[in-house]
Amino acid sequence: MSATAEIERSPLTKKELAADKPTWCPGCGDFSVLALYFKLLQNRGLHHEKFATVAGIGCSSRFPYFVQAHGAHYIHGRALPFATGIALSRQDLDVFVFGGDGDAFSIGGNHFNHCARKNVNLTYCVMDNNVYGLTKKQTSPTSPIGFKSKTDMWGAVDKPINPMQQAISAGATFVARTTHTNPKHLLSMMEAAMDHKGFAFIECLSECTEFYDGAFDSSNPRKGGEFRELPEDHDPTDENAAYAISEELVPGYFGVYYQISRPSKQDVEAEVNAKFLKKTKGLKDWEILQQNFDKMK
Amino acid sequence: MSDSSTADEAVSEDPKVSKIHEAVIRIAGNSQDGIQSIGGFLARLAGRSEQEVMTFMTIPSTISGGPSIFQVRLSSGEVLSSGDEADVLMAFYQHSYDNHTDFVKEGGIILYDTAHVEPNPEMEKRFRHIGCPIAELTVEAIGGTAKDKGKNIFALGLIARMFDLDGKRLEGLIAERFLGKPENVTETALSAFHAGNAYPLTTLAEIYEFEEPKARDTEQVVCTGNEALGYGILASGVRFGAGYPITPWSDIMELLRRELPKYDGIFVQCEDEIAAVSMAIGASWGGRVAITGSSGPGIALKGEAIGWAVMAEIPLLVIDVQRGGPSTGMPTNVEQSDLNIACFGGHGDSPRVVIAPSSVEDCFYTAIEAVNIARKYSTPVIILTDQAIATRIEAFGMPNLKETCQDISPDLTPREDHKPYDLSDPDGITQHAAPGTFIKSGKYPVVTGLEHNEMGHPSGSPKMHLDMTAKRHNKLKALGRELPKPEVFGPEEGNVLLVGWGSTQGSLREATERARKAGDSISALTIRHINPLPEGLEDIFSGFNHVFVVENNDGGLYGYGQLCGLLRARYCDTKIQGINKTDGLTWRVKDVLSRVQAKLEDNN
Ligand SMILES: Cc1ncc(C[n+]2csc(CCOP(=O)(O)OP(=O)(O)O)c2C)c(N)n1
Ligand code: SF4
Ligand SMILES: [Mg+2]
Repeated sequence: MSATAEIERSPLTKKELAADKPTWCPGCGDFSVLALYFKLLQNRGLHHEKFATVAGIGCSSRFPYFVQAHGAHYIHGRALPFATGIALSRQDLDVFVFGGDGDAFSIGGNHFNHCARKNVNLTYCVMDNNVYGLTKKQTSPTSPIGFKSKTDMWGAVDKPINPMQQAISAGATFVARTTHTNPKHLLSMMEAAMDHKGFAFIECLSECTEFYDGAFDSSNPRKGGEFRELPEDHDPTDENAAYAISEELVPGYFGVYYQISRPSKQDVEAEVNAKFLKKTKGLKDWEILQQNFDKMK
Repeated sequence: MSDSSTADEAVSEDPKVSKIHEAVIRIAGNSQDGIQSIGGFLARLAGRSEQEVMTFMTIPSTISGGPSIFQVRLSSGEVLSSGDEADVLMAFYQHSYDNHTDFVKEGGIILYDTAHVEPNPEMEKRFRHIGCPIAELTVEAIGGTAKDKGKNIFALGLIARMFDLDGKRLEGLIAERFLGKPENVTETALSAFHAGNAYPLTTLAEIYEFEEPKARDTEQVVCTGNEALGYGILASGVRFGAGYPITPWSDIMELLRRELPKYDGIFVQCEDEIAAVSMAIGASWGGRVAITGSSGPGIALKGEAIGWAVMAEIPLLVIDVQRGGPSTGMPTNVEQSDLNIACFGGHGDSPRVVIAPSSVEDCFYTAIEAVNIARKYSTPVIILTDQAIATRIEAFGMPNLKETCQDISPDLTPREDHKPYDLSDPDGITQHAAPGTFIKSGKYPVVTGLEHNEMGHPSGSPKMHLDMTAKRHNKLKALGRELPKPEVFGPEEGNVLLVGWGSTQGSLREATERARKAGDSISALTIRHINPLPEGLEDIFSGFNHVFVVENNDGGLYGYGQLCGLLRARYCDTKIQGINKTDGLTWRVKDVLSRVQAKLEDNN
């Protein structure tokens, strides 16, 4: 971007980053995630054209409309494969994906597993409110047993998904948990995720004040709960330890459960390509294709 | 086999040599015998000898194999279809013999393996039989015990002798084929070929020699439709693809996975078709059109995402290699029954572009055309091919790659201002500014599936939904106005117009030629642009008493197929009628003609 590179640009202001006024209900946890995303972008001096914000469908997924930058509001559950497309084809961009628990673990459950296993270099923040917000209070894959919703009026009956364990067993290389009630922690997790090379997954507890009020009080000191960081001696490279300590869902622990270094999808594809590019170096595209056509003569 | 001159006066012991114009050879055996490769070699030889060629094959859908045929039509003149009748049947087994003698021309030749086939005395009266211990002689020639291995190459030698084919060129092709394999593999293959080629065809009274084909000014290449499409995608400048395996689409994704790294591109094998289409759309948003594809079942899965691409106006290339459906259907058979899902399979009002290439060569150029339409009109474009065109081999002129290959790298030029869904163009045509584009006004676009305003932000306004819905169809109307009016094959006025699309083009054209020779007034029309339709079709139809739309799909509840339904809806003309079949096989010329006859009698 030569035209813009000439001027030393200062980090964007909050005003320059804000787009539509968020349509979330008052008190919704998603507000903090948006505010700290702005902070992250400012801290890292990312300009409008350097990143892409992608989401699926849900209250949380309305995110891209609130961010003044290139954004995509895709379909329910498929934000990850969409984001993979942009992350692989435009490796110059930082790609951030936001969404809800239904989007991530129900309709998009299998994409989550495969994106993790492929270790696509992007940051994925799931705003987990343990409920379907946008469709007005149905059971979500993370709703605890007993949660009374419109589809389980006597209380949810199915065992909920454990996002940390799901991510670890699927092969994610960065797995962290945070909550909207602790902005400092939330920001530090976002920064760590962004710095990670590979698939970085954050579960952010984000209360739905409308349909699941008080869901996370047990982890909120202001509501009499306790914010428990992972023990100091927790070794995030120890897969078994990470898996074991993520057994407890609510309130559970906060911090980086698991982080290892493994070549990203971008890296492994570049490695494959490097072998071929050695052979096609200096050739124009049509000359490479001509080789195939010559073999069909 | 059309003899064009009388036999040479040959020495008495030698078989006489007859000049022929063309030949249809059907090889019937089991898929694991490698009969496809015999056909492949013959087709490539034809291409190198400037002949025309078209092949047809059936393959069992199970991996363990089963009965399979490969048919090659070689000609010194034009080849439109793979041929109704075989001049020569090569039968490896009893089932090959029993099931395919019907297909041989009266007086034609049946070459059979004496180890496996017991000829039928009735048939011996009708066809010339030549027995050869194929399996036994192959083992003798190449040694070892590998039962049935190399039989195909032996058979190729036999055919080469019978048709006096260029042995040196065939040897060259065999050597090329096994290039990179251990040397003894090539040697073994060549031994099998020589043994077949040296077999004394004493019972064969004559040898056939093809007429010299007319010289061509371009070199020929020989490949399948799937290959032509795959290479067309590379030529179009596409550098990202995503897919999930399914027959008969998989060949294309395998080709792209193999070739794209040479151009620093990527093809991703995804967890399912929904991920694949989503990944391709995400990549396209990055500013360079991407591709996904599948066959019927996978196209159904991609439906929601294609609807999003229509709404968000993202360019996208989707390949649908049709097969027999619904559901798993007949995975290795031909059918043209996805036209409706391609054109109308979206939720909501979601117009999209659908193009059906009508020959192997056309597959190559259609890929490029489709990409350019997708870019210009910011729309998904679906290329509808089918199993027949995907797997058949044809020869065509070497494309000028230097001129056809295009660079479609993202354009990230900074802009003053940008409205992704600007309504000011009367034709509704807009293009996106890809992520990475600096926009001076500081107002950035969102691409979205929610109904939106010009900036891509949600809008529930009734007027906006009206205007944006119109924008989405207006741009395709504009495209419709730009499309070339298709050319009628044959006179532009007459009694019957046969309308077809995709792989049936050759059979319909040959039917037209044959009928006209017999004095009937029939012309043919191929519709490549299915959605939008080109303008001016009603003028063409008005020149004919009957318009019969011949398709490889079901006539359904009301007696007409999917393209026919679209044309009837569009032109409200009851003279547009359907001729359909769903046997999973390509149309034979004689079947087209007999069905036309029956339809005409019905109408009278
Ligand atoms: C294919 C499809 N199915 C269903 C829906 C309806 N739908 C929209 S959002 C949603 C669930 C939202 O829950 P979650 O992902 O947890 O997000 P939240 O609203 O809680 O942030 C559903 C079922 C849809 N938009 N698309
Ligand atoms: S319904 Fe719940 S999740 Fe949705 S905006 Fe309101 S509080 Fe937030
Ligand atoms: Mg939710």
